[in-house]
Amino acid sequence: MKTQNQTVRNTKRIRYTKWGYLFIAPFFLVFLIFQFIPLCSTIYYSFFKYFRSGLKIVGPIFIGFENYISLFSTDLPKYFGNTVIIWLIGFVPQIVISLLLAAWFTNTRLNLRCQGFFKTIIYMPNLIMAAAFSMLFYTLFTDNGPAKNILVSMGIVSSQFNFLASVSGTRGLIAFMNFLMWFGNTTILLMAAIMGIDPSLYEAAEIDGASSNQSFWMITMPLIRPIMAYVLITSMIGGLQMFDVPQILTNGVGNPDRTTMTMIMFVNNHMYSKNYGMAGAISNVLFILCAILSLIVYNSFTKKSSFDSPAQKRRGKVNG
Amino acid sequence: MKKARRITSMVMALAMMTGIMATATGCQSNANQSAASSAPASSQEASSEAASSQAEPEGKVLNIWCWNDEFQSRFNAYYPDVKEVAKDKSTTTLNDGTIVKWTINPNENNNYQNKLDAALQNQESAAADDKIDIFLVEADYALKYCNSDYTLDIKKDIGLTDSDLADQYKYTQDLVTDKSTGAIKATSWQATPGVYAYRRSFAKQVLGTDDPEKVQEQLSSWDKFDQVAEKVKKAGLLMLSSYEDDYRVFANNISQPWVDGTTVTVDPNVMRWVDQQKTFTQKGYTHKVRGQFTDPAWTADQGPKSKVFGFFYSTWGINFTLLGNSLAKPTSEGGKEEVGNGIYGDWAVCQGPQSYYWGGSWICGCKGSDNIGTIKKVMQALTCNKEIMKKITIDTQDYTNNKSAMNEIANSDYKSAFLGGQNHIKLFADVADKIDMKNCGPYDQGCTEKFTQAMNDYFDGSIDLAKAKANFEKAIKETYPELTEVKWPS
Repeated sequence: MKTQNQTVRNTKRIRYTKWGYLFIAPFFLVFLIFQFIPLCSTIYYSFFKYFRSGLKIVGPIFIGFENYISLFSTDLPKYFGNTVIIWLIGFVPQIVISLLLAAWFTNTRLNLRCQGFFKTIIYMPNLIMAAAFSMLFYTLFTDNGPAKNILVSMGIVSSQFNFLASVSGTRGLIAFMNFLMWFGNTTILLMAAIMGIDPSLYEAAEIDGASSNQSFWMITMPLIRPIMAYVLITSMIGGLQMFDVPQILTNGVGNPDRTTMTMIMFVNNHMYSKNYGMAGAISNVLFILCAILSLIVYNSFTKKSSFDSPAQKRRGKVNG
Repeated sequence: MKKARRITSMVMALAMMTGIMATATGCQSNANQSAASSAPASSQEASSEAASSQAEPEGKVLNIWCWNDEFQSRFNAYYPDVKEVAKDKSTTTLNDGTIVKWTINPNENNNYQNKLDAALQNQESAAADDKIDIFLVEADYALKYCNSDYTLDIKKDIGLTDSDLADQYKYTQDLVTDKSTGAIKATSWQATPGVYAYRRSFAKQVLGTDDPEKVQEQLSSWDKFDQVAEKVKKAGLLMLSSYEDDYRVFANNISQPWVDGTTVTVDPNVMRWVDQQKTFTQKGYTHKVRGQFTDPAWTADQGPKSKVFGFFYSTWGINFTLLGNSLAKPTSEGGKEEVGNGIYGDWAVCQGPQSYYWGGSWICGCKGSDNIGTIKKVMQALTCNKEIMKKITIDTQDYTNNKSAMNEIANSDYKSAFLGGQNHIKLFADVADKIDMKNCGPYDQGCTEKFTQAMNDYFDGSIDLAKAKANFEKAIKETYPELTEVKWPS
């Protein structure tokens, strides 16, 4: 009798597992067909000479690591540098402003009005297609564009200054667009993280006489660290894959002097002649770089670091 | 447990990144298929196919691929068998019930060719009604298709005769002749000699005359052109709008093709363009627009508020682009093409410093088509029929590819109201015979694009010439991996 009961329970459990697998199967099927197989063929073809000359197909001829060697003898590090720089000058203000906004929105003492309205406005730029946004900025900031004319008449920039012919101008515009598009999203994520913190912690801190500044650095920051890691990693991966904004803004050239050429734009240049070998090699390099950077960020954010020790120390003191 | 969770989350993060990789691996399986299928079929085989397919009933759908509505509007207006046009213009029905399906893919970023190439590689396996029957190509890349097996020989395969083609300008046939077989692979309804279009009012102000012949005297060489530019600047106007405005005039007069084997040779005449643009930029003679059609500032410079003296344009540019841009109230908003609307009527054309051509569209019959008979009729009607060609020119001011029709109009009292009463067909007829296409090649499009883009940074002043040259070398090798060397004039 006992054993029968047990087997019934077991089969029930197995049936549940089966349903579980069934439910996640669509994702893995789609992943397998549209991501994993292309991924493998990208790696595979990166060892081949394989492109189109006119309508004629050259290759595939196995050439070992030749694509990678020629890649590193060209400007690949420069394009990687461009990508990282543009991402950083967009991401730093993005995370600062998002944190600030998230802290304000969630602060019960401030109790801001019209929060829904502001949140919608902040999120709005993300709804615009990146290509359209970029086209708009191009029209505004070309040498004869209205934004430039306004800035010149306000005396902010000289009439000689051409946004799209200066390195800082072009990189700045791209970073600014990325910032505008993504800070709303980050704000909402961080708000969710902050609202997940137990309010009694803040109350306790307040009773202990902590200023709002202190409770932000000692309570909020350490406790939203997992979300921060998530924001950082997704933003970094998105940043390294930056393509549409600079592509449209510079018409695919990465001007001036290829200083706004990102990694994916470089891949795209090779797709003109359907150069699967070289494009695959660049993609693989980018994949490895992405993986390494993500690992570093992930590890530094999940290990116990000195970041939360002041709070612990303080808590210890209070308790003591 | 904790460690396991960490590993899982890392795997998920990596999975997210795989999205990058997918971009590089488009449609390899297709590419493989077509490598097998593009084995050269001898023209005899092709012609026997054509002959037999003429006997068979024709397909009910005629698929036409192009990049804008220029050919579509010509077709709908002038092809005699058109019965009706769908409201959204996506299809046209012919008298015999054949439905013409239009596939229009804009040109930007090579989009048209990418889509066309993909479709051509599926041509063999596509259902009969989905196969491309006609596609259009432009001069810059015509040879890419005409040197391939995807295009039909217009004489052997499609059945046009020498007498059909006798009245066409020879360069329009040379440009689309398969370099390996000598077969003509496409045919065009237009010839595109280039001219210089200038503003009459500005010419009066600066040169004291707006008479095309007298203006031409002052613009007959590049040295004179530069002198006029100086005068134009003094009058508070600009000589050119885009850096690229006169690039084609220089680039059409090169002494050797861009590419020989795997070597790119930059012609001295192209470098002369670089020098001229740098000087013009430094002296403030141009509006410093990058690119042409992609930039709204360039379009605006052809409109009523412009300060630009003139534009290098070929035939289609006058009626298809310049005319529309010069109106204060566009026709789509109810404006009329008449004097008084913007600067309609304030233009005139002269030959300019060097003869050149720009663009033009060619009609190709596509291999595998089941509508050979219809293709033949379309080609005959729209590229060989003198009456239709003459009508197109008179109605639209486009310059058509028929010598005797054009000479008739040239010697008539035809006048273009848009050009202030000038008979520009006479000017076109004079220069069309001078066009020489012997140095064109399949790499022209990429070379033009990458060269002008690389030089823009030099004109802007953000880099020096050596750097711009190096950037061109990088870009051209990225674009065409088979090219290995770039030679600069000493």
